[in-house]
Amino acid sequence: MGGLNYTVIESTKLSTAELYGKTLTDLAEQNSDIVGLSADLAKSTKIGVLGQKYPERLYNLGIAEQNLFGTAAGMALNGLVPFVSTFAIFASMRALDQVHTDICYQNLNVKIIATHGGLSFGQAGTTHHCTEDLSIMRSMANLTVIVPADGMETCNAVQAAYEKNGPVYIRINRGFDQKVYDSTEYDFEIGKAVELHEGTDLTIIACGAGVWRAREAAKVLKNIDGIRARVLNMHTIKPIDREAILKAVHDTRRIITVEDHNIVGGLGSAVAEVMAESGKACAFKRLGVPDTFSIIGLHEDLMAHYGYDVNGILSTARELMGADFEEDDNWDDEI
Amino acid sequence: MAINQEDFLRLETKARDLRHLIIDTVVWAGSGHVGGSLSAIDIMTVLYHQTMKIDPENPNWEDRDRFILSKGHIGVGLAPVLADKGFFPKEWLKTYNHTGSNLGMHLDKNKVPGLDASAGSLGHGLPLSLGLGLSAKYKKQDFKTYCLMGDGECDEGSLWEAAMAISHYNATNVISIVDRNRCMMDGRTEDVMGLEPFTDKWISFGFNVIVINGHNLYEISEAIDQAHSTSDKPSVIIANTLKGCGVEFMQDNYMYHYASFDAEKQAECHRDINSYHDTRLVEAQGGL
Repeated sequence: MGGLNYTVIESTKLSTAELYGKTLTDLAEQNSDIVGLSADLAKSTKIGVLGQKYPERLYNLGIAEQNLFGTAAGMALNGLVPFVSTFAIFASMRALDQVHTDICYQNLNVKIIATHGGLSFGQAGTTHHCTEDLSIMRSMANLTVIVPADGMETCNAVQAAYEKNGPVYIRINRGFDQKVYDSTEYDFEIGKAVELHEGTDLTIIACGAGVWRAREAAKVLKNIDGIRARVLNMHTIKPIDREAILKAVHDTRRIITVEDHNIVGGLGSAVAEVMAESGKACAFKRLGVPDTFSIIGLHEDLMAHYGYDVNGILSTARELMGADFEEDDNWDDEI
Repeated sequence: MAINQEDFLRLETKARDLRHLIIDTVVWAGSGHVGGSLSAIDIMTVLYHQTMKIDPENPNWEDRDRFILSKGHIGVGLAPVLADKGFFPKEWLKTYNHTGSNLGMHLDKNKVPGLDASAGSLGHGLPLSLGLGLSAKYKKQDFKTYCLMGDGECDEGSLWEAAMAISHYNATNVISIVDRNRCMMDGRTEDVMGLEPFTDKWISFGFNVIVINGHNLYEISEAIDQAHSTSDKPSVIIANTLKGCGVEFMQDNYMYHYASFDAEKQAECHRDINSYHDTRLVEAQGGL
């Protein structure tokens, strides 16, 4: 990927967003068409790192997100590659008209790196949680939507976004993520799921914070229950990896999705669409925020509260393994 | 560069021809935003036929001046200008609004050669223009970006976000122009949502404000010159105009924000436009 490699040394010292800032600055060193924009969140989103090295290449638009995205679009119209960073809730909702019309409709080369995704800013409350962005953003034509699993994957995603022509939305978390990868040296490709754990009994498809938890759950299921769970890191929500989903439907017939997002409209819905159109029956469960505005709390606690931490995945997997749908050839008695 | 009488006669004649073409395009389209097209056409005529460095043979020329039509609903006013300029065949205008046409009510940058941005949702053009202006500075290009806004559009907060930032960055390579026709969809601007004191608003945002008659080609041209020569603050040209200018029954009437015409009305439009411009052309040459 882009010739920039990072290792566990960086991921131990730097939060996910700091790794983004570092990758962006390294990319900017090699590519003069990169500029950065933020709306008084340069420090919080870590895009400010770019400005420390290249002050003339980071534009602060003040607390004005509509102008932030419109200005980025104007820069892209003149051939620059603007990276825009603000909190996910503002990128996906406060300035959605600009993202839709200025950036996606015109198919401009703007990279939106949205931070504080999901419930990662848990203490801040619903005004700063963002559990709707994947649903919103994946309905924008031309837009690629990526949710990296951790810091190393964020490095890869940011480089891949630069190399890809067209608008890209990358959603990352506030603070440190549990480490899924020790380095950027693995096969990351936009639109291609990564298998993290082999299995044929069921498949856990996860993105973002869900990925580490899915892999941990798979280890427990294997060691304690003897259940072989396949884990797919579905880092790209759009375009979704249909092939990997169809293979999972075919091979395992049981699918759980895990996302730090409302269960409506995000990864689970994207997987369900592919599954339903496959015409094959499959036991299926979406884990995530159950269509509610979240309570306040620490990220870890909130994921546990809503049942998409390791324990939540475990109990759902065990429940799904007990489903006898495969032998059920009489549907009428269940209506 | 200030225009002389010869320029004036050329431009006034061009504005007349474009007014005719706009009326015909509205008819081909079935209907259209004719009132705001006719209030803005003199400004667009000066920009496209006097001011802007553009090349219809090379619409994506990197160093061309940019025109951002923020009041994107007057595509029916801009498309005739671009077609007449040679960016695409005039025949396209006859397909305006038709299913599958490259031309629709709000023009699509990726389908219309010579169009610098897609617009339609109001309050978007000035942020786009700022982005173009800042990127030109960063890339050391000396092109200008002209952003034409409606006055009703100035209700949008995003426009003022951009105005604040244009001033903050002193982006003097962005020339803001407001088509102040005092009409919007639901009525007159001061009745629907008051804009006055409008000039003061722009001054307080740090702008050099130039107020002109937006149908006087000399004044339009001089205002642009003045904006070009002002370097300590960005400029906005507030062009006082009349909605539907040139056609008597539409003039200054917000009911003609959007309209359609039968053949009789179309003929009346053309007669009025000839009469309107003939008077001005004769006056410019010292009267009869």
